[in-house]
Amino acid sequence: MAEDARDVIMSCRSGFVFSEDFTTYRFRDDHPFNQMRVILAKELLESAGSLHQKDLIPARHATDEELALAHSKKYINAVQKAGKGLLTEEEGLEYGIGTEDTPMFKDMHEASSLLVGSTLSAIDAVLSGQVDHALNLGGGLHHGFERKASGFCIYNDGAVGIRYLREKYDCKVLYVDTDAHHGDGVQWAFYDDPNVCTFSIHETGRYLFPGTGNVNERGLKEGYGYSFNLPIDAFTEDESFLHVYESAFREITEFFKPDVIVTQNGADAHFLDPLTHLCSTMKIYERIPELAHQLAHQYCDGKWIALGGGGYDIWRVVPRAWAQIWKVMLDDQPFQGALPEDWLKKWQQESPVTLPTHWHDPEGSYDSIPRKNEITEKNAKVLEKALQLITSQKKYNNSF
Amino acid sequence: MVVEEIMKTEVITLEASATIETALKLLHENHIRHIPIVDRQNHVIGIVSDRDVRDASPSIFEKDTHQKELQNPIESIMTTPVTTVHPLDFVEEVASIFYEQEIASVPVTRNNKLVGILTEKDMLYTLIQLTGTHVQSSQIEVKVLNKPGMLPQVTQVFGKRKVNISSVLIYPYKPDSGYKIIVVRLQTMNPLPIIEDLKSEGYEVLWPKMPGMSS
Repeated sequence: MAEDARDVIMSCRSGFVFSEDFTTYRFRDDHPFNQMRVILAKELLESAGSLHQKDLIPARHATDEELALAHSKKYINAVQKAGKGLLTEEEGLEYGIGTEDTPMFKDMHEASSLLVGSTLSAIDAVLSGQVDHALNLGGGLHHGFERKASGFCIYNDGAVGIRYLREKYDCKVLYVDTDAHHGDGVQWAFYDDPNVCTFSIHETGRYLFPGTGNVNERGLKEGYGYSFNLPIDAFTEDESFLHVYESAFREITEFFKPDVIVTQNGADAHFLDPLTHLCSTMKIYERIPELAHQLAHQYCDGKWIALGGGGYDIWRVVPRAWAQIWKVMLDDQPFQGALPEDWLKKWQQESPVTLPTHWHDPEGSYDSIPRKNEITEKNAKVLEKALQLITSQKKYNNSF
Repeated sequence: MVVEEIMKTEVITLEASATIETALKLLHENHIRHIPIVDRQNHVIGIVSDRDVRDASPSIFEKDTHQKELQNPIESIMTTPVTTVHPLDFVEEVASIFYEQEIASVPVTRNNKLVGILTEKDMLYTLIQLTGTHVQSSQIEVKVLNKPGMLPQVTQVFGKRKVNISSVLIYPYKPDSGYKIIVVRLQTMNPLPIIEDLKSEGYEVLWPKMPGMSS
C-alpha cells in the first residue's frame, strides 16, 4: 500500500457500541451463547489502554418498524409474547422459539432488539460521518430468519441493518461473514438483491450446522452472482484459511465495488472452539480485520461496520479475537506480546480454564493435522469454483 | 414413499405422427429429456429421449441440409414397449428400475392412461430430502452393534434432549459387519450435549472427532 494511504488509516476515527445490558440476551445458564464475551473483550481493551469513554457509542433498542425491515410482524409479536411468558410451547415451535437452541427467556424481545438497535447505531455513526468505522460486538446474529429463530439467533441484526442501509442511505452493501457457520439468514434475505453482495467463509455444511453455504449457492434472479460461499474443509488451518479468504475478499470487493462493508466477526473458527472443527489460531483474527480495514479504505472511503457473531470459547478465544478488531480500527496495528496483567488477574478467578498469556497462540498449540495437504488442495479448488463467475467475466473482458 | 407423491403430473407428450423436429423443439424449450408418445386415448405407446432425437438429427457440421431427416414421424425412432410404473409403486422400486434398466425416466400410468412422469432428477431431489440436508441441521454418526433394538436406544437420547431429528440413515460399517453406522441430522447448532450423552451411554461417536481426540 502507498505511504499516504497508510497515513489515512493511521488517523481513523472509530466508535465502539456498548451496553452492559448486552448480557440480558441469555437463554439459559448452560447455553453456549454467552454475551459475557463482550464484557471480557471490552475490559481487555480498557486494560490494554486502547478503549476510552470517548470511544463509546450508546446502544439503543430497535423499534418494531425497524425490526420489520427483515422480520414478519407476526414473528415479532410472538417474540414479544414469549418474553412475557404468554406464548405456548406449541405456538413457539412454529417460530423456532422454545427449542434447545433458542429457548424462551424473560424479556427476550427487549434483549434481542437491543442487539439490533446497536447495529443500527453503529451504521448511523458511520454513515453520518461521525466516525469512519464502528464496532458492535453484541450483533452478528446471522441465523435469524424472517419468521423463525434458529442457531442461537432471534432477530437478525445484520439483515435489518443492511435493509436500513439500503432504505435510509441507498448504498451498495458488501456483507462479509467469517463465522465458522454459514451466514444463512443474511444470505437468504438478500438472495435476489443485486445491491447487496454476501460473502461467507465457513466450515463445510457436511457435518456442521446449518448445512448450507455450498459453493453453488450464487443467488437468484437479479441477485444471481451476488452470493459467494467458501465452504472450507474441517481441520483447515491458518495458512489455507487466509489464502482462500484473502483472495476471495479482494476479488469480490473489486468486482462489486461496494459503498460500505459490513463484517460479521464470529470467532468460532479457532481450534479451541467447542462447536466447530476448524483449526485456526489467533493469526486469522489479526488478518481478518486488517483486510476489511484496508479494503474499506480502498473502496468505501473507510465506511466499515463490524459486528460480533459466534464464538463459544468465551475465555481463551473471543476476547482476544474481538479486541483485535477494535485495535485494527484504531491504528491498523494488531496487539502483540503479553496480555495485560490486571485483566488476567481479574478474570482468571472466574474462568474455568487457564487463560492464555499472550495475544498470539504459541506454535504447536494443537496436534498436527494429518490430512493437511489434501485439505489445502480441496480448499483451493473451492476458491476457484466460488470465483468462477468473476474469473470468466474477467477473461471475457480481457479478450477485447 | 409412493410414486404419486413425487411424480410430475404435467406431462409434455406427442402423438406418434408428430415430426422429429417438433420433438427437438419441445425438448429444447422445456429443458426436458424425455417425451412420452401417446395415442388418442392417452395410452403410452412409446417414449423418446433427447439422445434418440439427437441421433436422428443431422450433424451440426453438415451445412445446407434441408433437414429432411427431421420431418420423419417420431414413431420411427421411439422406444417401444415402454417401461411404466403405477402411482402407488414404491419410490425405491423405481430407483431399482432406473439402475437395472439403465434408463432415466418412467411414465406413470393408471388404468393404462398416462397420469404423470418420474425422472432421475425427481429421484435425486427426493434423496436429498431423505438425507435431511435441505433444512438447517448438524450431522453426527454413531457406531452401534448390528443387532435389534439399537436404533430406539440411540434415538431415545435425542428425545431426552428435546432435539428434533430431520433424518436418519443406517448403513453397514465396512471394516466389521458386526457393527452399523447410524447417521442422524439434528435440528440444533449445538450437538455437544447429545454427543456427551451418547458417549456416557457407551456409544462410539464417529463424528465430530478431532484428530487426537479420544472418543
